Amino acid sequence: MMTDHRAQALSPDEMLVVDGVTVRLGGREVLHDVRFSIRPGEFVGLIGSNGAGKTTLLRVILGLLPTAAGQVRVAAAGIGYVPQKIQLDPDVPLRARDLVGLGLDGNRLGIPLPSRSRRKRVDEMLAAVDAAHLAGARVGELSGGEQQRILIAHALISRPGLLLLDEPLANLDIASEQEVVALLARIAREQNISVLISAHDMNPLLPVMDRIVYLAKGRAASGPTEDVVRTEVLSKLYGQHVDVIHVHGRVLVVAGRDDGLNLPEEPAIPAAR
Amino acid sequence: MNGVLAPVIEPGFFSSSPVHVALLVGGVVAVVSGIVGMFTVVRGQSYAGHALADLSVTGGSGSVLIGISPLWGFAGTSVAAAGIMDLIGVQRPRGRDLATGIVRGAGLGLAALLLYWDTTHTSTTGATITILFGSMFTIDPSVIGIVAAFSVAAVGIVAALYRPLLLSSVSSDLAIVRGVRPRLAGALCLIAIALATSLSALTIGAILSTALLVGPAAAALRLTARPGLVLAWSALIGLVATWLGILLAYDSYYWPPKGHGWPVSFFVVFLILIFYLLTQARRGRDARRPTAAAAEG
Repeated sequence: MMTDHRAQALSPDEMLVVDGVTVRLGGREVLHDVRFSIRPGEFVGLIGSNGAGKTTLLRVILGLLPTAAGQVRVAAAGIGYVPQKIQLDPDVPLRARDLVGLGLDGNRLGIPLPSRSRRKRVDEMLAAVDAAHLAGARVGELSGGEQQRILIAHALISRPGLLLLDEPLANLDIASEQEVVALLARIAREQNISVLISAHDMNPLLPVMDRIVYLAKGRAASGPTEDVVRTEVLSKLYGQHVDVIHVHGRVLVVAGRDDGLNLPEEPAIPAAR
Repeated sequence: MNGVLAPVIEPGFFSSSPVHVALLVGGVVAVVSGIVGMFTVVRGQSYAGHALADLSVTGGSGSVLIGISPLWGFAGTSVAAAGIMDLIGVQRPRGRDLATGIVRGAGLGLAALLLYWDTTHTSTTGATITILFGSMFTIDPSVIGIVAAFSVAAVGIVAALYRPLLLSSVSSDLAIVRGVRPRLAGALCLIAIALATSLSALTIGAILSTALLVGPAAAALRLTARPGLVLAWSALIGLVATWLGILLAYDSYYWPPKGHGWPVSFFVVFLILIFYLLTQARRGRDARRPTAAAAEG
């Protein structure tokens, strides 16, 4: 298909438009004709198993990877980004407040002079992610959930219109997982920021997700969760039969036997979770 | 004052002009190394720093052969090596150690040849010792201008890139998204490291120069989590170690057996080790009080 690389103005009700994006890495097509858009204040889950292309898609949106076809249009308010787990050495001399401050002016040259207004803005941002008490702690000594909140504050302090998070719930315990999801939903609502969050498990996001972008084998289906997470839609996406099973308010997507019975081969309910 | 300090400071310390030069050049170099050192340690480039220091031996020994100040040779080869290491992948963690090791081996091989020629083809006695282990009391005052220029360049680079370098050390993706070019910032930082190691090669010797680069910074990182204070502590620890080392070396001339002063570099490096061990002990004590880190503020 024809690709238009000219940046087009977005309409006011669009924060992000991913328009027919195809990505090739090392000769392999990792994403194929992915298209969806996000409106201001919308909370969108980017769901797919490991290797489905979630990180690649986020990196394309950020401009860190080129597209082979299609284009990405982002509103002028810009993007905040929380990368997948960062390994921070406990010795790195950064307190939580320093890392949040770098989100404001980390690209500037010179040593920052103490500034009351900068300090106030950092304090407010830390309070907004319920991390005021962590301001003076070394980032490398914080727990996974605490680091996640500091990175969210780092990404949000420049007041972006769109927040991208790459697997922020991975490696978190269930309590921190729920905390982070509730925090993101509140921020999206209060500050009218669009959130695009990648996860391999959609369940923690179900209560807050406005829409879903489901990735499988480099292809995407997007829309309201109940329209996308259906046996017919996902089977078409995977190119093989999968079952969508609802159990106690949770959704499970399992590879089924293609014999018309739609019975899962393995017990579908993972232990404990 | 002299009366009180007489047992500590031997006669003539403050009136000796080699001591003046040593205190001035050694002090400036210690501060520069301390500041650049923080970025070396935080960015995990201590090994690259070692390699640059080793390679500066090559240039230093070449300089003696053609009769110019070793500082030119130290800086020339280590900045060139920084460029080569950057080109062949010092930015990637895995490529880094390999690239560094190969360049380092070749450089030291050449240094072995040049040092041999220094001792056989020139009248410079003790060139090998001076280049490898430094000679604070024989620094030619005419290099003060070059020392100043290199110092301003090295500190200027890391001060300008203070925030971009800190952010890149957290994550290069975060840095790119913020509009930083981590590759460029990293290359410039490597040049600052090369300049700092050549300066300390002049004072405490090429082999020992990374002790001054990495040691005070590593100690300072254990004292505080505030990046600005780490710079201040690192510079201060380097400065105190250097000045105290100069004093002890001067005094050692009067220690038995009289008339044989000990090398300054020995004292400086040993004092840095003591500072490091003291901060290590302090950190160990703090670790047993879990609330200490969170309360700092």
